[in-house]
Amino acid sequence: MKRSTIDAWVGAFVAAGFGALLFLALKVGNLASFGPEDAYQVQAKFANIGGLKVRAPVKSAGVVVGRVTDIRFDNESYEAIVTLSIASRYQFPRDTAAKILTSGLLGEQYIGLEAGGDGVMLKNGDRLRLTQSAVVLENLISQFLYSRAAEGREEKDAKK
Amino acid sequence: MAERAAVGSVRAGLERLGAAVTARILRLGFASRFFAYMLLHSGVALRRFALTVREIYFAGVLSLIIILVSGLFVGMVLGLQGYETLQRYGSSEALGILVALSLVRELGPVVAGLLFASRAGSAITAEIGLMKATEQIAAMEMMAVDPIARVVAPRFWAGVISMPLLAALFSAMGIFGGWLVGVQLIGVDEGAFWSQMQASVDFREDVLNGVIKSVVFGVAVSWIAVFEGYDAPPTAEGVSRATTRTVVTSSLAILALDFVLTAFMFTGGNAR
Repeated sequence: MKRSTIDAWVGAFVAAGFGALLFLALKVGNLASFGPEDAYQVQAKFANIGGLKVRAPVKSAGVVVGRVTDIRFDNESYEAIVTLSIASRYQFPRDTAAKILTSGLLGEQYIGLEAGGDGVMLKNGDRLRLTQSAVVLENLISQFLYSRAAEGREEKDAKK
Repeated sequence: MAERAAVGSVRAGLERLGAAVTARILRLGFASRFFAYMLLHSGVALRRFALTVREIYFAGVLSLIIILVSGLFVGMVLGLQGYETLQRYGSSEALGILVALSLVRELGPVVAGLLFASRAGSAITAEIGLMKATEQIAAMEMMAVDPIARVVAPRFWAGVISMPLLAALFSAMGIFGGWLVGVQLIGVDEGAFWSQMQASVDFREDVLNGVIKSVVFGVAVSWIAVFEGYDAPPTAEGVSRATTRTVVTSSLAILALDFVLTAFMFTGGNAR
């Protein structure tokens, strides 16, 4: 086979290979959604993060606006410190509330942001004051049982 | 007398075992020396790149058909099976995640590597082995041409370059196959298919780790293929056995390396 034909085939092969990589990066992966450079970091303290993981989405009104980049344990307040990386094109007021929510029954946990009314916007390194921890199933059940037991006692007292 | 015969046979068995182990270790040592020598004498393969391009044609371009067709079918099967399981939990929109993650992380590099070993690795071994059997290698040495630099290194580098590209094409084709079955045939919502996929496939964690895996497999398969060819006894039987050994050894190497790499790369959510 002539050398130029081989060159053409190999060139087409390499181009197709890089095209496939580009497809994996942009269409399959989340490289296009936002890079690390145009984002600002905000911290939030939670009493319990449940099953929240690094890379979990941060959503506001259901739209993904950022990602969880770090989860640490604060040994002074015994709480979890979660670092959120939010894309710079989304600005939130300083009194925004962060909640840990679950998408669907079997879905993953994410952080929901609810914008407040403050005129000052969040900037890099700020801390969110209003947070709501994840709902832990065991706590929910024990609360339910406790309230049922309390009801039962009240009924008994009423009969006396 | 019977005692002495029994001791003798045990001893013979132990000796045979020891000889087999020593032979393996010697071979591994030779293979490592060969690898180092080949890397040091890769200058020609990279300077006269036309040599390597020619081998990329044989190892990569000619493997395209089998890689693309297998990728398409693997993706289509993933689409069917994944939908079957996911719809029981009412989350068939997660089909995109399932297809993309399993292809990009595991199936792309591993299956492409296995196909590459049997399609291109065996061809490389047979070619070098035959060159040795027909004394072309010895003739090159006579002409003061280093056969490792001229014949072996270009084939090795061609394999290392082709393998990640083939794995990426396999994954892309598989995702296309999953989309074909999931969205076009079964009717999973197209928007959910792509958006859920993009939400959970991370470029660095998943795609890049898959590429790293395929590069490692490319090095392993190419090394095994060129070494088996170079080390093959110069007879028809020797070459045929070397070709078989290439496919068997490189398949086992791919699967074992895959376990090690997966254990390093994907250690679950919070561990970082």
